[in-house]
Order: sequence, then structure tokens, then C-alpha cells
Amino acid sequence: MTIDWNAFTPVSALAGGAMIGLAAAAFLLINGRIAGISGIIGGLLRPQAGDNIWRIAFLAGLVLAPLAWTVAVAAPDLTIAASYPVLIIAGLIVGLSTRYGSGCTSGHGVCGISRLSPRSIVATLCFMATGFATVYVIRHLGGF
Amino acid sequence: MNRHNLSAFVVGLVFGLGLLVSGLANPAKVLAFLDLAGNWDPSLALVMGAAIAVGLVTFTLVKRRGTTLLGGPLRLPSARNLDKRLVLGSLAFGVGWGLAGICPGPALVAMGAGEIKALVFTIAMLAGMGLFELLEKPRTA
Repeated sequence: MTIDWNAFTPVSALAGGAMIGLAAAAFLLINGRIAGISGIIGGLLRPQAGDNIWRIAFLAGLVLAPLAWTVAVAAPDLTIAASYPVLIIAGLIVGLSTRYGSGCTSGHGVCGISRLSPRSIVATLCFMATGFATVYVIRHLGGF
Repeated sequence: MNRHNLSAFVVGLVFGLGLLVSGLANPAKVLAFLDLAGNWDPSLALVMGAAIAVGLVTFTLVKRRGTTLLGGPLRLPSARNLDKRLVLGSLAFGVGWGLAGICPGPALVAMGAGEIKALVFTIAMLAGMGLFELLEKPRTA
């Protein structure tokens, strides 16, 4: 392992992380809900009366965040290197697996660990482990 | 728009800005974090650390309070069992995450930034979630 100190952005990482934590806390405090993105999206595919608008409102906020950032600061710096076939396979896996496993980085990784849920701690260890392993296989064992 | 929905919108916006500020919305940065054996960028460990540090304190306070500011109940997940679905689902999620460096929140944020590749990922993700609903229907019906 070599640490890429030039790419390391500790201040923005801590500030952005704190914003994510505060947003999740505010959602529990005001709406009484867990800010788990896969669950919020997934609920729309199983629509129930009176349970849809808040989901759409939350997701609209997420989607509009780059516009707000562009107006206030600058166009966000995003690089997606994956090819279209890989994106489609990855998207299918992420969609199916996060519903099957009841959560993703936000619901398990941030909210679940914050409330010390054993399920979320196990889930986070699982997806971190295979996330590291997958990138290792692709970048260092010549997969794909 | 009632207070619940307005609050959901504002929280979604702040959450999305947090993803942008932290770098978690940038798939290249996510992959640089997941690449332990390469030129490792540890930034996202700090993102998770800060989010959880804030979350640990605030979630404890809100749980002690017991109700929401709007007077409603806290809807916390009640499942406690460590089952095969949780473990296999999460293991598979890591594979999907590692393939492209994109998880659900950042997918929507990058789509909002006008990235066509994020739109394609999001459509595939929705298809995957739809497939889950089809597979689950016989169970719940």
C-alpha cells in the first residue's frame, strides 16, 4: 500500500462526512426515518398510499444538489471511468443486492452503524470487504 | 408541500451536498479509496468516520427523546437477525459498488450533475430493484 497524499482531501472529507451525518440525524429527528437511499428508492417500487411524496421530495433534493453546488460554488468534479456494459451490470447488481440486503452505504454504513445495529455493522463489513476485493481483482489481477 | 415533505427535500439536498463536498459522489475517488493495493486515497475513511461520529451522538440523543419534532414516532428498523439475505445481499452489493465506484446516493447525485453514465447506472439499478420486487411478490402475496 502507498498512500496517495496528493489525492488525500481530509478537510473536505471531514466536512462532507459531517454534513451527511447531520442530514441523517435531522431526518430521524424531524421525519422519524432512516436516510437509507436504496430503501427510499425501493419503497417507490412498492407504492403505498401516503408513503410516496416524502420519498420523491428526498430524492429530488439529492438530484438537485449538484445544481445548487454549481450555482453556489462550481461545477462538481465527477469522473466515471467504467464502460457502459460494466455500468449496466454494476447497476443491476447494486439495485438487486441493496434491496435483498436491506440497505446500502447510507442506510447500513452511516445510519445503521450510528445506531449500533448489529445487522448494519455486519452488512457494512461485508460490502466493504467485497468492495476492496473487487477493485483488487480488477486493477491488480487484470479482471475485466 | 407539508412539513414532512419539505423537510425530506431539504435533508435530501443537504445529504447530496455532503456527498459532493466529501468526494463520495465522485466514482473515481471512491475507487481510489477501494484500491488498497494501489495509490490509496484514504479520504473516504474520514467521510465515513465523520458521518458516523456525528451520527452516533445525534442518533443517541434522538432515540432518547423518543418522538420526532413533528410529534410522530421514530420508525427504526426492527429486524435483529443476521440472516443469509443480509450477508449475501451485502456481499453482492460490495461487488457492484467496486465495479463502478457508484452506490445509490452518488448515482442520483451524479445523474443530477448531468452525467449520462450515471443515468445509465441508475436505470440499471432501478431495473435491479424492480427485479427484486418481482422475485419477492410470491413471498409476500
